Amino acid sequence: MCVKHVPDIQSDRALGADGRVVRDGGDGTLNELDENALEAALVLAEEAGGEVVALTVGPDDAVDAVRKGLAMGADDAVHVVDDAIAGSDAIGTARVLAAAVRHLSQERPVDLVVTGMAGLDGLTSLLPTALAALLDVPALPLAAEVTVADGTVRVRRELDQATEVLEATLPAVVSVTDQTNEPRYPNFKGIMAARKKPVTTLTLADLGLAATDVGAAGARTQVVEAAPRPTREDRVLINDTGDAGIRLAAYLVDNQLA
Amino acid sequence: MTDTLVLLDHAADGTLRTPVRELVTLARSLGGSVQGVWALGAPDGTGAPDGPSDATLAELGALGLSRVHRVRADADLHLSAALAEVLAALLDSTGAGLLLATSTFENKEVAARLAVATGAGVVTDADALAVEDGRLVAGKTVFAGTWTTRCAVTAPLAVVTVKANSVVVQTADDGGTPDVVDHDVAVSAAARRVTLVERTERPASGRPDLGSAHVVVAGGRGTEGDFSLVEELADVLGGAVGATRVATDEGWIGHDAQIGQTGVTISPRLYIGAGISGAVHHRGGMQASGTIVAINSDPDAPIFEIADFGIVGDLTTVLPQASAELRRLKG
Ligand SMILES: Cc1cc2nc3c(=O)[nH]c(=O)nc-3n(C[C@H](O)[C@H](O)[C@H](O)COP(=O)(O)OP(=O)(O)OC[C@H]3O[C@@H](n4cnc5c(N)ncnc54)[C@H](O)[C@@H]3O)c2cc1C
Ligand SMILES: Nc1ncnc2c1ncn2[C@@H]1O[C@H](COP(=O)(O)O)[C@@H](O)[C@H]1O
Repeated sequence: MCVKHVPDIQSDRALGADGRVVRDGGDGTLNELDENALEAALVLAEEAGGEVVALTVGPDDAVDAVRKGLAMGADDAVHVVDDAIAGSDAIGTARVLAAAVRHLSQERPVDLVVTGMAGLDGLTSLLPTALAALLDVPALPLAAEVTVADGTVRVRRELDQATEVLEATLPAVVSVTDQTNEPRYPNFKGIMAARKKPVTTLTLADLGLAATDVGAAGARTQVVEAAPRPTREDRVLINDTGDAGIRLAAYLVDNQLA
Repeated sequence: MTDTLVLLDHAADGTLRTPVRELVTLARSLGGSVQGVWALGAPDGTGAPDGPSDATLAELGALGLSRVHRVRADADLHLSAALAEVLAALLDSTGAGLLLATSTFENKEVAARLAVATGAGVVTDADALAVEDGRLVAGKTVFAGTWTTRCAVTAPLAVVTVKANSVVVQTADDGGTPDVVDHDVAVSAAARRVTLVERTERPASGRPDLGSAHVVVAGGRGTEGDFSLVEELADVLGGAVGATRVATDEGWIGHDAQIGQTGVTISPRLYIGAGISGAVHHRGGMQASGTIVAINSDPDAPIFEIADFGIVGDLTTVLPQASAELRRLKG
């Protein structure tokens, strides 16, 4: 299962001159939506038997994300860290994750990769499908409900215009939405146990990837400009003294919005 | 100059999705030829019209589309893996340098697959697109609409998904009727590994689609479950109805009405939020709206920080008064 370490969405987020997310430490956190992924993986492993490995790709402090996974109940944690990964686009990150999953499956079969629906930072949602394509296994993204039985995974998903039920044979990649479950809180015991569990650290070399495959070198898109959006000007705030609805109507008409 | 393929998203009954018109307009501004892909869903065409209808073809032609590739495959093209395979082949055979699609979850899945299969550079949720120094550069807002970025595609092939309401639709000076080229395609076994057990399209609500509406009126916990006043104002304005996750979780309105980071991302010309506090998760889905109006009884509600027109007041009096006044003004 993959978790992502992202800047806390409640904090002020910024892009640096190089177009990368500023990660100056302190306010990073486990991507909230990945708690749903962890929860789903833990429940499926409890039902079907099996282990949950929390896997993250990111800078040094991304290890907190897998530690949180351990505290929630994951059996193992793997952190892929390498300076060359910096500046990866979604596909580059997917390449690293795919290599890591392949690496892990040399030791034990990986039946299911569970991810969150999106990183609340970039919100591209590209990763799960790209990861499945790279691993050459079926993708069942955006599951609002997921079940596994007899080597088959089945998901129900709500799209903008339709509801779908998808099914595929394992191994597969599933991404889950925040509708799937209510993530558990790590209890004291879990937190203490997590401290003792080791986190395996891997580099690109361990995964047999070249630096040119990933990071800024391997990216096919490049942020050429980034700026905070100017604050809205001419803002109006009124107290309703009995005619606010009428004033709203006039505002809409004056601004050709109605 | 970039030749473009536009994915012509449509409903099961053959109705073109509104934002596709924006895509064709945008593609034309890049200076190259504009062709479209009309994917027929189920392989046996169960009852669905073949489409595009003559009226749709004429409309697409007027917007500058020169050719429609109509594809039927031996797999359901609602499966992203199957559609991506079809599109990869068409990008190859037409030599187009860009695939444009509306920013839906399904299309982002297709984009991810095309990136892996073809080496294309992908930008999702773009709101602008131009050719600069021979490179495609897309505009995009990030971090819940608080930052604007411009992102260049450095690969020879680009796949860009565009947010609705990013472009003003304009017909071409030299429009015509596009020709239709039929393709019968066999997709690989790998692309058929996922089975589409069931697909139910939501019935049209009679209101515009939330994701592409020009006007959205949204309600939150402050409605206390009664969405009728929100719906009334939406109807007076010809808009769509949206909601916060609190309202959809409570079952006051369907889940598909949820605006936000885990719901629909919208950027209408006008957003009106009533009884909505403006939590960051909600803002992430609407902050890029043109004009933001907020009605909330709490003067400290965070939504007022981003509202162009804020009203501290009770939505149960403000909304009906606004609806009545708008009806009166419009005669
Ligand atoms: C991982 C995650 C993802 C999430 N994704 C989303 C998402 O996509 N979209 C989303 O919306 N939320 C999402 N949420 C939830 C979000 O954090 C907020 O809880 C939610 O947006 C709050 O909804 P609300 O504004 O309706 O309710 P509240 O925050 O309770 O606000 C209600 C507001 O109504 C006002 N009010 C009450 N009565 C009246 C009245 N009579 N007249 C006028 N005003 C009144 C109150 O002053 C208050 O400000 C997500 C949360 C998490 C953890
Ligand atoms: N660096 C990463 N390490 C581990 N998992 C990731 C990483 N980036 C993204 N993911 C996973 O992919 C999902 C979608 O992310 P994204 O495509 O960035 O929106 C997230 O919810 C995570 O589960």
